[in-house]
Amino acid sequence: MSTMLEVSGLSHRYGTGDAAHVAVRDLSFEVAAGQLACIVGPSGCGKSTLLRAIAGLLPPTAGTVSLHGDRVTGVPDDLAVVFQDYSRSLFPWLSVGKNVEFPLRWSKLDKATRRTRAREALSAVGLSGVEGKLPWQLSGGMQQRVSIARALASRPALLLMDEPFASVDAQTRFDLEDLLRRVQTEQGTTVLLVTHDIDESVYLGDRVLVLSKSPAHIVADLPVGLPAQRDQITTRESSQFVSLRSEVARLLHGPAATAAADAAEWAAAEQADSTVSKVENAQN
Amino acid sequence: MSVLQKPATVRTRGRVGRGVGGFARKWLLFVVLVLLWELVTRLTVSVFFPPPSEIAVAAAKLWFSGPASQLFLGDAVFDHILPSLGRVLGGWLLSVVVGVALGTALGRSRTGMDYVGPLFAFFRAIPPPALVPVFIVLFHIGPGMQVATIIFGSLWPALLNTVDGVRSVDKVKVETARAFRTPRRYWIGLVVLPAALPKIFAGLRLSLSISLILMAISELVGALNGIGYALLAAQQAYDYDQMWAWVVLLGILGYGFNAALLAIERRVLGWQPGRN
Repeated sequence: MSTMLEVSGLSHRYGTGDAAHVAVRDLSFEVAAGQLACIVGPSGCGKSTLLRAIAGLLPPTAGTVSLHGDRVTGVPDDLAVVFQDYSRSLFPWLSVGKNVEFPLRWSKLDKATRRTRAREALSAVGLSGVEGKLPWQLSGGMQQRVSIARALASRPALLLMDEPFASVDAQTRFDLEDLLRRVQTEQGTTVLLVTHDIDESVYLGDRVLVLSKSPAHIVADLPVGLPAQRDQITTRESSQFVSLRSEVARLLHGPAATAAADAAEWAAAEQADSTVSKVENAQN
Repeated sequence: MSVLQKPATVRTRGRVGRGVGGFARKWLLFVVLVLLWELVTRLTVSVFFPPPSEIAVAAAKLWFSGPASQLFLGDAVFDHILPSLGRVLGGWLLSVVVGVALGTALGRSRTGMDYVGPLFAFFRAIPPPALVPVFIVLFHIGPGMQVATIIFGSLWPALLNTVDGVRSVDKVKVETARAFRTPRRYWIGLVVLPAALPKIFAGLRLSLSISLILMAISELVGALNGIGYALLAAQQAYDYDQMWAWVVLLGILGYGFNAALLAIERRVLGWQPGRN
């Protein structure tokens, strides 16, 4: 399988000097074409920064991102993003159909083709016949399906998803997870999904990348050996799933992770101390 | 069938009844006050305050006494009402076009408002009627002066509300549009302006009512025709029936303009949840 996404030496720092905050530190990984990779990490560890750097929305302070071999500088052509906040990501003044058509508006496709594509994308996510409705007339889960359809309509080489199911209720969440796996298999899209939910990352992923606390770096890259066809009940009770989710949980919250985080905190504190004493010395 | 039809007729009657009820709630007080006005002015005869019925007669004679070739419209309609309407709508439309275009450019530019903000705040603080003498000097008495006054007053609400509106596009929509590589034209047309429309419409309503006020004022101060001119002329000719007729017309125009703009707004902003 060819490499779709290649991230190497990626770092991002907000601000400069003493006030600088390192969100992502020296991240390197690859995602093969057609793979569904999940990135899991504690809240506030810099997952969103990483995703936005990959999307080309945020130029990283160091390192490179390449999509099918091309270096990413701006937002690349064949990429789509699904955000967590569907109600703010969809355009309330456009009908559902027009929302899905949105990324096709400036393509060379004629009107009829655009409409067909939008209808196909909507039926792929199980939403046929709601083209004429306005987004707020649909439930939250349906709205997020519309934004997935919108991302799929542009036929992206890489689909980035930022905590896509964090704002829907648990039942809808299960439905959407299965929907994503089905659509991803059907269309062969490469997906990189960011989440803070350990179970979700294991259930959804062909592979789970575990991130440390801020500044984010990769602590483990685990292949998920579960069968391609997954089921919310049987998969989640299988021993393989349970052991894998425990492994991820230990990596995130276990003593090793805590020790590493503590060490980082100590180092930061010492650095701060030395800066303070330096300032004091200078004042004296 | 008859069983099915019965509720339908009941429902129709109910709807008509509700319509009548709603109409009565809206206009009952108005009608009562007009009747009261009629009564009081008939009891206390005063040349300055003619009864509404006489004002209506004067108005009908003034506006609807023309020959069939003029669709029965009186000369006053062509001499005064149409020129005034042209000034209000022309001045307002120019303000809207300039205000929305300039407001969009300034609102989306990072530093634009830093340069012109204080200047706008200063200009907006000047009461536009105070500039009528200045515009008389610049444009002489006539439509140029009136349109200039109207534009000077009605531009600011349209412009500043647009600036405010186009800045209110939320961050997730900005990133969504960027992630889809939305070209500039589509970004402005499909995202920025629709997001700004609720605020823009609030500005448009304000600037339309200001336009009407400034039309009347500028025509009272110096004009060769127009509603304000005719109103003042009637007063100076001691024709108080006509004077009141013109005042009433200004009220009707203001009400009509606002209602028309609200109807457009309801159509354009129909996507907002909670509307209709």
